[in-house]
Amino acid sequence: MIAYIVRRILYAVPILIGVNLLTFILFFVINTPDDIARSQLGDRRVTTAAIDTWKRSHGYHKPMIYNENAQGLGKFTDTVFFNKSVRLFGFDFGRSDSGRDIGYDIGQRMWPSLAIAVPTLIVGILVNITFGLFIAFFRGTYIDFWGVVTCVILLSVSSLFYIIGGQYLLSKLFHLVPISGYDTGINAFKFLILPVVVGVVSGIGSGTRWYRTLFLEEIGKDYVRTARAKGLSEQVVLFRHVLRNALIPLLTGIVVVLPLLFMGSLIVESFFGVPGLGSYTIDGIQRQDFAIVRSMVFLGSVLYIVGLLLTDISYTVVDPRVRLQ
Amino acid sequence: MLVLFWTDVLIFLLVGMVVIFVLYARQREHLRAPWRAVTRSGVAMGSMVVLGFYITIGLLDSIHFRPALNPDEGNGQVEYAHEILSVFDWLVTPLRVRGEKTYSAPFAAYLYTKQTVELADGRQQRQFPRLKYGARHLSDPKTEKTADIVVTGVLGAVKGLVIWGMVCTVLIAGLGKWKHQSLRLVLEQMHAGQTAVRWRSMLYTLGVLMVLCFVAGDLSMKYHILGTDKVGENVFYQALKSIRTGLVIGTLTTLVMLPFAVLLGIMAGYFRGWIDDVIQYLYTTLSSIPGVLLIAAAVLILQVYLDNRADQFSSVAERADLRLLFLCLILGITSWTSLCRYLRGETLKLREVDYIQAATALGVRHFTIITRHILPNVMHIVLITVVLDFSALVLAEAVLSYVQIGVDPTMNSWGNMINSARLEMAREPIVWWSLLSAFIFMFSLVLAANLFSDALRDAFDPRLRQQR
Amino acid sequence: MHRLAALLFCVSISPASLALWNNPYPDSQTSENILYSSFSERPKHLDPARSYSAGEYAFIAQIYEPPLQYHYLKRPYTLVPLTAINMPRVTYIGAEGGRLGEDAPVSDIAFSEYEIQIQAGIRYQPHPALAKDKRGEYLYHSLSDDQVDQVYELSDFMETGTRELTAADYAHQIKRMANPQSHSPIAGVMSQYIVGFAELSEEIETTLSTLEDGEFLDLRQFRLEGVTIVDRHTYRIRIRGKYPQFLYWQAMPFFAPLPWEAERFYAQPGLKEKNITLDWYPIGTGPFMLAENNPNLRMVMARNPNFHGEHYPATGDEVDQSRGLLADNGKPMPFVDRAIYSLEKESIPRWNKFLQGFYDNSGITSDSFDQAIQFNPQGEAALTAEMSGRGIRLSTAVATSIYYMGFNYLHPVLGGSGERARKLRQAISIAVDFEEFISIFRNGRGVAAQGPIPAGIFGHHPGEAGINPYVYDWVDGRAQRKPLAIAKKLLREAGYPDGIDNTTGKPLVLHFEAIGSGPDEKARLNWMRKQFKKLGIQLIVRATDYNRFRDKMLKGKSEIFLWGWNADYPDPENFLFLLYGPNSKAKNNGENASNYANPEFDRLFERMKNMENNTERRKLIDQMVAIARRDAPWMWGFHPKDFSLHHAWVRNTKPNLMANNTLKYLRIDPKLRADERQQWNQPTLWPLGLMGGLLGVSIIPAIISFRRREKSTAL
Repeated sequence: MIAYIVRRILYAVPILIGVNLLTFILFFVINTPDDIARSQLGDRRVTTAAIDTWKRSHGYHKPMIYNENAQGLGKFTDTVFFNKSVRLFGFDFGRSDSGRDIGYDIGQRMWPSLAIAVPTLIVGILVNITFGLFIAFFRGTYIDFWGVVTCVILLSVSSLFYIIGGQYLLSKLFHLVPISGYDTGINAFKFLILPVVVGVVSGIGSGTRWYRTLFLEEIGKDYVRTARAKGLSEQVVLFRHVLRNALIPLLTGIVVVLPLLFMGSLIVESFFGVPGLGSYTIDGIQRQDFAIVRSMVFLGSVLYIVGLLLTDISYTVVDPRVRLQ
Repeated sequence: MLVLFWTDVLIFLLVGMVVIFVLYARQREHLRAPWRAVTRSGVAMGSMVVLGFYITIGLLDSIHFRPALNPDEGNGQVEYAHEILSVFDWLVTPLRVRGEKTYSAPFAAYLYTKQTVELADGRQQRQFPRLKYGARHLSDPKTEKTADIVVTGVLGAVKGLVIWGMVCTVLIAGLGKWKHQSLRLVLEQMHAGQTAVRWRSMLYTLGVLMVLCFVAGDLSMKYHILGTDKVGENVFYQALKSIRTGLVIGTLTTLVMLPFAVLLGIMAGYFRGWIDDVIQYLYTTLSSIPGVLLIAAAVLILQVYLDNRADQFSSVAERADLRLLFLCLILGITSWTSLCRYLRGETLKLREVDYIQAATALGVRHFTIITRHILPNVMHIVLITVVLDFSALVLAEAVLSYVQIGVDPTMNSWGNMINSARLEMAREPIVWWSLLSAFIFMFSLVLAANLFSDALRDAFDPRLRQQR
Repeated sequence: MHRLAALLFCVSISPASLALWNNPYPDSQTSENILYSSFSERPKHLDPARSYSAGEYAFIAQIYEPPLQYHYLKRPYTLVPLTAINMPRVTYIGAEGGRLGEDAPVSDIAFSEYEIQIQAGIRYQPHPALAKDKRGEYLYHSLSDDQVDQVYELSDFMETGTRELTAADYAHQIKRMANPQSHSPIAGVMSQYIVGFAELSEEIETTLSTLEDGEFLDLRQFRLEGVTIVDRHTYRIRIRGKYPQFLYWQAMPFFAPLPWEAERFYAQPGLKEKNITLDWYPIGTGPFMLAENNPNLRMVMARNPNFHGEHYPATGDEVDQSRGLLADNGKPMPFVDRAIYSLEKESIPRWNKFLQGFYDNSGITSDSFDQAIQFNPQGEAALTAEMSGRGIRLSTAVATSIYYMGFNYLHPVLGGSGERARKLRQAISIAVDFEEFISIFRNGRGVAAQGPIPAGIFGHHPGEAGINPYVYDWVDGRAQRKPLAIAKKLLREAGYPDGIDNTTGKPLVLHFEAIGSGPDEKARLNWMRKQFKKLGIQLIVRATDYNRFRDKMLKGKSEIFLWGWNADYPDPENFLFLLYGPNSKAKNNGENASNYANPEFDRLFERMKNMENNTERRKLIDQMVAIARRDAPWMWGFHPKDFSLHHAWVRNTKPNLMANNTLKYLRIDPKLRADERQQWNQPTLWPLGLMGGLLGVSIIPAIISFRRREKSTAL
């Protein structure tokens, strides 16, 4: 087990190198260091000398990937790539192009993201399981039919409509919650209601449908038929047997998204003015601060790989028959 | 003068492929059987009519040309306008050219905002001016408008019903002749929903669509039925034009990613060993990068590319088209990985099957085994993924446009419509029609696609669990 | 069922007894003397040597005090002393070093020397950099690693200190601008003027290369030739030649004082990693200090306890009097205890929160315009009944800025002084209807420009004398755009009848460089295309991002573009230099983006730029404007009008486009605000009840069929 995990982690290294190289090339093809300097210095009265100074003080004056003038290993280490990208492996994110420490910012902005993502996930799962069980219970009836139709209708609506509609109705018309914003500590509660509600509602369609299929598949299995043959009532069958057995695919499906919760939601956060990692990324994109975007890409990749690893491990935990080799 | 956009070429290529596939499938019973199951589903057939309606508009909108500037000069030297139109544009010319100054509500006779108007005596006043085109034919809109709308609408509906009746008659007659049954029997079976192909639901859907089309068509000759936008462009026209964008993103993305996904997925599963390692490495790396960021980076790169070659594009439309194509490519790159993974898994299973083992033992070439035995057996996975992805991609377009890394801002798309509607929602009085139009058009397409794909999935693989 | 019962209970109790549900601030703040506002983009820099944008000045101008400021009420904009005792005294010095009289000819003046005397007894805000222990040693100037480890924000340093402001602090700041590490945007300009500035820059540069990374560079060891400290409270700045506009710079935060202790403090290792830098934690003498610095969420300004005190201005005109702007005359400022600025990126939430009373002031976006503003029959903007009913007040001012559409003067078709190109430019200038642009995209919040100089700046002429005769006619007492026929005629004369090039027979195709891709952009680009289509010219829009755009401008590869300029100071030189040939963007990286060059114009500019405002200068300016209008290197575009709204509880608001330190003048009435908010924000609860009801109703059939099934399985 431990050997397996170690091997998986080692396997992640080449992937992360690939990710790094790819994003590095992508971003430096778009924006030469001159562009970065100019966008950071503002557009009034900027001289070439000022740009050179800026580049030097931010480490962009070195050659990109290969330094001919350096000695020995320095040919590779004394470059922009090494200094800006390879250091990410030690989670040393460095400073953003506008001069702030990225690691510090990520540490601060992680909490608002989690404050929205975690309740959305938990409430969403509870609501979806409830609806899924409900529909599965009435399978084959008109409730099933209309339930599925409602699901399809709900998931055919773009998530943007949920956000726009929710904000318009709950905040503007009914004055129930603040329109946008965020606060620290207990004061954050009233700001979280709207994003969480919107997040949950927009996920109902696809979530409920997926849980319904899950339960129906489970219901079709032999042990359920046996249980029913024993004379157990429908509720007992459903709650005691089906739900428990459906937990395995359910759990592993959740585990894989857990690490990505840190990344926050790009759209929801920027719509509701939540200072999380999602809006941090969007800011980085829009302000073309590529140091931030690079760091976030790296972080996202690491979390994705962690998610895969956790899924594998969770399989062995919930289902002892699975052995990792 | 005919103009070919890159996406036009690919669309017609896609149409060609579909036609070939249909002809090919007709010959083979194992391929026909699941389709027959699809045709037995009323919901699926109804959705197919709706999809067909969208596709027709999309295809009409994909034949582009430049109108001649001076057609009557006979010196053979014809100058063409810079503007590129499509056949669809040409068909709905009145919608396209009848622009107002700024916002007007659906069916309005007056502008939605006050304008400074010079009165006859030279004084200036802020008031709601009459529209240039909307409800122009009415002398007193206040009293006449409702009656006029009702009359025009009913007339349109009648026209639609008549045409629909004709279509029904032709269909019934055709069916009767083909099956050598009496018309009455055909009609009865159809009405009872006992036909092998659910004609009933198709015809009902068609009837509703026909009526809607004619009512909308007749009314939009006199009114802006979905209002006008900030610069006075007809919103109905914009929503219709957006259909092509949605379809292109939904279909071409899959088209461009299919070869990679299928080839690499099957290769990885079939050859295993280092090929498998390399391909797995490739798709894990790609899928571990957050999709939105990858798209953002790629779109920004494209911007640079386009800017450096700005002189090679003779029109905005051409440029926007290239951006659309590129967006499809990028979406393809970010979405092929999951299909690739399924295919790899399926191939791993398939290659252990007896007859493939036997073929390998007999020394059949790998290429032959893959194309003869493996490919046909994974086609259903491909088909289901393609159809399922379609609606997801249409929805993704809207979100990407919101983050401003979607299609070109000059291109008509639902995403762009929603994006600008965001600001309109804050206006007071609120401008709701852009958002509503985008919603209705997008929703009906995605809903139809979802219903259709459900039926398709049930038909092809009732046991395949929904993947997302 | 429990949930439903709880819900019904909620509905039944009186909502008025509850605190506001949608209040984005803690309820405890409701009755405090706090001003609430918003910012849309987080400031990049709060370093006075580096900040150069309105968003940044909104904060640092309240904290840092340069020697001069603009009078809050007086128009035209007038400089008055801030920390200085009097307006600076200027002495002109000849090439030989002798003093010259005030009316000495410009050519004789080799140097000007400004002597600035500041008030005694001004003290800095409490700050750890100034904290001293009992022995008079600085407490935090040699932090140990342990100390650094325990610190996360500046407020984690328990002790603070202060000291008196001296002339040396002003000199220190000027040296900082010369330091290449400060990246001061005006270093280039200042090195042309301040004696010894460029030399100092070089000297620092060489010293820097000998230092290790992160090592502290003490600027006190350097000497700046042009700046001398006369005594504790007096300093002199010597500049080359005559440059009357230099005084305007003295009202900008660039020339605010900075104590050396701050630099010493922030340079300590470990602080930078915690984002504790001068760029994020300012130290000033102004009425406010930055109490909370969280640009991801909010910035909080709090009253500086050490503020030297300043009184509300006593002079104003009759309009000010009638608007109640003089009610507080002579009272000590500032009036508010704190000001909370929340980050608000989207305009919609900002506007709605303003309407709900959660922001005290707001600009107007074009989308909320119709709700807020209507025009009276005279064409003047006034608030709608809905707004004025809420007690909201409107203030308007023509901004000292210009949005222009430039032609690239280097372009083979559009540019150059040739007859053909000029007529083409003039034709386009007539066809592009900026009045319509203003009306559609800015709801009339702007004035079509007749030339480069906006109203309120010396050299601007109102009325008939001020119109651009190449584009406008004076009809019935107002400027009217020439009919399209004239434009078509000009186009024909230029050799493009109906937009067809008569030498090649091909349609004329021009390119427009558009920036950004916001939601409004599509409409704007469509409009732009329509304008050129009126002449039969095909306009191709090349949309790009701002970086690309600037790059293109630098390389001179553009054709037609839309750009703007915001005045640094209220002087015509600051606008006309945008057309001065040697300032060409493509050639010399200057601010002349259209690369316009006309030798006559340039000659006049050189004469005009260093003059005092007098009739001779006015004459020169008129000549220059006339030349530029004829050559039409720009479509003059428009001067935006700033509309801003204030709630009834905000007093003393008057738009001042030059002054940035306006927070101290504002006064609010928290009681009125609390009442109004209460009235405007009653939660509507029936939808919650309805939702619950619907849910309940939809469950009933399910329960029925469940019962039925139970029975059937029981059988």
